[in-house]
Amino acid sequence: MSIIPTKKITFKMFRFNSETDYLPNYIDYDVDVTHENVILDILTFIKNEMDGTLSYRRSCRHGICGICSVKVNGKAILACKENVLQLVETYGSTLTIEPLSIKRAMKDLIIDKEDFWVKHDQVKPYLISDVEEHPENEHIVTPAEAEELNEADYCIQCGACHYSCPALEINDAFIGPAAFAKAYRFEADVRDDAHVERLDVINAPEQGVWDCVKCMECAEVCPKDVNPIEKITKLHNMVFSEGNPLNNIATRHAVYFKDSIAKHGQLNEAGLVIYSEKGYGMYKHLKVGAKMIAKGKAHINPLIVPKSDKLDEIKKLVEISSTAKF
Amino acid sequence: MSKLKYALFTGCTARQSTPEQMMSTMAIANKMGIELEILEEATCCGASHLQDYDEFLSLVLNARNICYAESRGMTMVTICNTCQLNTMLTKRRLDKDPEMKAKVNEKLAEVGLEYKGTSEIKHFLYAIIDDFGLDNLKKMVVKPLAEFNIAPFYGCHNIRPSETHEDSNGHENAYAPRSLDDLILACGGQNVDYDEKNKCCGFHAELQAPHTAATLTGNALMGAMDNNADWMVTPCPLCHLKLDTQYEHASKAVGRDVKLPVLHMQQMIGLAFGISGKELGLQHHVSEVNFV
Repeated sequence: MSIIPTKKITFKMFRFNSETDYLPNYIDYDVDVTHENVILDILTFIKNEMDGTLSYRRSCRHGICGICSVKVNGKAILACKENVLQLVETYGSTLTIEPLSIKRAMKDLIIDKEDFWVKHDQVKPYLISDVEEHPENEHIVTPAEAEELNEADYCIQCGACHYSCPALEINDAFIGPAAFAKAYRFEADVRDDAHVERLDVINAPEQGVWDCVKCMECAEVCPKDVNPIEKITKLHNMVFSEGNPLNNIATRHAVYFKDSIAKHGQLNEAGLVIYSEKGYGMYKHLKVGAKMIAKGKAHINPLIVPKSDKLDEIKKLVEISSTAKF
Repeated sequence: MSKLKYALFTGCTARQSTPEQMMSTMAIANKMGIELEILEEATCCGASHLQDYDEFLSLVLNARNICYAESRGMTMVTICNTCQLNTMLTKRRLDKDPEMKAKVNEKLAEVGLEYKGTSEIKHFLYAIIDDFGLDNLKKMVVKPLAEFNIAPFYGCHNIRPSETHEDSNGHENAYAPRSLDDLILACGGQNVDYDEKNKCCGFHAELQAPHTAATLTGNALMGAMDNNADWMVTPCPLCHLKLDTQYEHASKAVGRDVKLPVLHMQQMIGLAFGISGKELGLQHHVSEVNFV
């Protein structure tokens, strides 16, 4: 019988009981790991063989229930899917295992996910449609129409993106990548009638898509390749094409790029700030602006902008390729 | 080694708010014998914001930029992470989606252009590491940066999503990037490890979500400072702008004075090559570069 080679790995485990502990602590468990082991195998081994008090969530073991997500060295993963030795390759032979959100920890790796579901509720994550009670015909969705969902329906609500989003970490009001991807799933559904109603939630300042910092963490971390940031971009587009875009700093900021490219080929960087702030908001930037001018990083005259060669060609392309409705 | 030659997509920022980045790019390329032909025809990449407003237009404009690298038969080199991402995302989309490629080419045909997909797109950082080679770079170091603890700040759009690294661009691990650390070591400096090195600086939401953006900037500066960094280095002019000019807002957001000199990676290489601070544009920094 051949023996599968093993490697001794130290798992630094986050331990905390919100009912009795003031602060968490970390306990080291050394485990022999094979090339086949995933993180969930290790959690099960520790619980069964080393320390029965360890708490974590698990169910399907097949990457579909989305409940066993934890963070390893800060990276959110599905415990049932992530190979241990691949993580060791990235991080070395000590792996720190923590709950998805330390501030929401209840018992060890188990968190209170209420905030995640509250955000989902906010975007009305269901089909809103006036369905005839006794329809004469089937309501057929063509394969091409179904493809519009762009795999947004693959989300298993594991929370990996939600608890990796830096904007959400700072701004509690922000709806976040998971709920945005879910909103897109229904916005893109041809049977849904709530388009504008849902887009108004998505378009609102502080909570809406405009507060996304575009760090691409959600695209990177998603274990199902849902690519939430791609859906966030599509929601931005929908706000302009079907929704009620507000006249605010965020919408002006997006629109100005087209105007500037049509005029100069380049973005007029000073012009962008002035236009987005509608002029009077500039008081916020005077101090930084003055320093930038003093250091030769900005021109005192914001009308002086470098121009691209072949500007006529650029103007023509902007004219014939624009799909925005205004 | 045959002479390296690239089509340089400068982006808007190197021509406006970070003139020192343009200066130092040219200074080190000259010294390394890398020929950079500037794509004067190129437009803004849309910086993800035009994409929010009119995605199709952004694809057409970025495809047009790539056309001009293709017609020169060159690899396109970017010096801004966000230009890199948006150009690369366009290329990947068009190369994978023949229908969209045809739609874009229909528009380009009206100005006599065609996107073919023949040019690679890579950030200058990876052109230096993969094509020029760090061993060759080390041989050119005359003033090793041995006395400095240098904090690498990678910038999101060079490392995420990692699928944009599949082709020619660096093969970086988004969770454990190495390129900038290796570059610091090659320049003789000491690399600083800290949690925020591969995190977001907040630049893209600076106007729309100032508190979020300033907090992220503050966190990055704090992380570097608390790990004894003397200064930071970044391959992205947008990260640079945020970290270099916004320290007051950042300090307010995190409740602590945070400020460090922030160098472009080109300036760091230039210093190690013995190029003068003036030629590298160090006088253009808002957070003064006080060590040269």
